[in-house]
Amino acid sequence: MHNFLDFEKPIAELEGKIEELRHLTGNDEVNIADEVARLQDKLTKLLQGTYGKLTPWQKTQVARHPDRPHFTDYIGHLFEDFTPLSGDRLFGEDEAIIGGLARLQGRSVMVIGHEKGHDTETRVKHNFGSARPEGYRKAVRLMRMAERFNIPVVTLVDTAGAFPGADAEARGQSEAIARSIETCLDIKVPLISIVIGEGGSGGAIALAVANTVLMLENSIYSVISPEGCASILWRSGDEAKTAAEALRLTAQDLLQLGVIDDIIAEPLGGAQRSPAEACKRVGAAIIKALESMDDVEGGVLKARRRDKFLEMGRKGLN
Amino acid sequence: MSWLTEFVRPKIQQLVRRTDVPENLWHKCKSCEQMIFHRDLAKNNHVCQHCGHHMRISAQNRLELLFDGGKYQTIELPNVPVDPLKFRDQKKYTDRLKAAQAKATYKDALAVAHGEVGGHATVIAVFDFSFMGGSMGIAVGEGIVAAAELASVQDAALIIVPASGGARMQEGILSLMQMARTTAAIEKVKEKGLPYFVLLTDPTTGGVSASFAMLGDIQVAEPGAQIGFAGRRVIENTIREKLPDDFQTAEYLLDHGMVDMVVPRNELNATFGRLIDMIRRTKPGASIVPIKDAKKKPDTKGAKADK
Ligand SMILES: [Zn+2]
Repeated sequence: MHNFLDFEKPIAELEGKIEELRHLTGNDEVNIADEVARLQDKLTKLLQGTYGKLTPWQKTQVARHPDRPHFTDYIGHLFEDFTPLSGDRLFGEDEAIIGGLARLQGRSVMVIGHEKGHDTETRVKHNFGSARPEGYRKAVRLMRMAERFNIPVVTLVDTAGAFPGADAEARGQSEAIARSIETCLDIKVPLISIVIGEGGSGGAIALAVANTVLMLENSIYSVISPEGCASILWRSGDEAKTAAEALRLTAQDLLQLGVIDDIIAEPLGGAQRSPAEACKRVGAAIIKALESMDDVEGGVLKARRRDKFLEMGRKGLN
Repeated sequence: MSWLTEFVRPKIQQLVRRTDVPENLWHKCKSCEQMIFHRDLAKNNHVCQHCGHHMRISAQNRLELLFDGGKYQTIELPNVPVDPLKFRDQKKYTDRLKAAQAKATYKDALAVAHGEVGGHATVIAVFDFSFMGGSMGIAVGEGIVAAAELASVQDAALIIVPASGGARMQEGILSLMQMARTTAAIEKVKEKGLPYFVLLTDPTTGGVSASFAMLGDIQVAEPGAQIGFAGRRVIENTIREKLPDDFQTAEYLLDHGMVDMVVPRNELNATFGRLIDMIRRTKPGASIVPIKDAKKKPDTKGAKADK
């Protein structure tokens, strides 16, 4: 059973009807099969219609959908021999960010990303994907290790933002994020980032200053959450919908603004309806990006990455 | 009826009232609530003579007190795309910008200048908190990139002085990208072997604190400055606890190993001057040559002359 979003009500009703029909037994099975097929067709069209024109606020909801594949789902579907590496060697282990060595179609990669968790227990364990300084310092450590062994880095971004806690501040949240951005810019190996769900502010860009930055079709990436923006600029959290429009936070907006390099199409009805397929598409996009950087010297990769960000926003905006 | 109403003609009375002279002559310190005469305040660089509270100052004041002898030259910052998102909340972003510019000395929330500190060529980029809370958008980011380039070209030290609430929301994702751009810019300065210092002033928070502002070779903070990633209220709402008064102050950061030193405003020029001199003049005997005279004496040791 799916978790449905508000705007998916007609989809939920139609799927309910199809389920009911399937469980009907009687002497009219041929007619039932016809009806199911007809409704399936209608469902496909409804999904195409709904997901073809999602508003920024609806995309925000899809990006945060609880059934959407998270970091651990990508590990399960996409990577082999994943070996998590823990700790920042300074203070602790922060499970809001997971990282480790893995194989992707035979290639060794260092894969790092936010994990939000999928039920109460795992959400608490991963702090809902909101990392403390230790998470970013672990990411820095793993990026440096990858550089040492000439292994590409892949980051999967999915966070509402860095954790706003007193302990996080005491241990230098700002410094940890800044250092992570600096490390992204500095390493002499390919760095590929994919926003798989929510790209929330500083906590997201800390892992996303990459040679290739990709976004899933229904993911978002923003300087502030629509709710936060609404409460500051409109002085009302109810204006989140309006703020989501104004912020231009969809993958399509970011591609147009020259902030990301490409969009990965999601399966019909969003990644949450077909997680395995979504993971497969992300895998193909990573391989394509990695192949484009094969045989490019590390210093060149670093220079290109830096120049790309220095040039960003200088041209093609107004 | 006082003697004033009796003896001063109405016209003059009106004049006196309109120019609100009394408010401008005396300032009330927010910290100790004592009244301070404006001349004393200016003389003391807007530090309260009673309790030592450091008040916020303008970017211009800041440049004057950081450069040797208060002498510096500001540079024209590059033009950048304005309002790329066509952002509008309750007001249009372009209107907010115009209103801010009408009151401001500079085009946006950053001023970049060059001059000398401790006798060494130095580029300083200063945030103007009064310009939309010192928020960092494309213009500020471009200004920092320009400051970094100028430091490289002039073979100068770079000091950045943030006073900012964080990213400029009205520029959306492009304001977030300034965190990467500014970090890339200062990395180039560091790779040239030039010193990069940060002076954290009140306030330095959000995306500004989480990028170039925490990456200085040496991190200096002004007494009492609020410095942190998340806002105090956001944190209190998250942990549902009241935070101690000194939370996120410069002194708190010093205690937690996040800054090298907390330096009173009146000692900043001397402190930076001493540090830059030790880093840039590492052998005994080598003398400092002011940049403008350097070309005339190309054989002088210890000074990288031209740009
Ligand atoms: Zn005082």
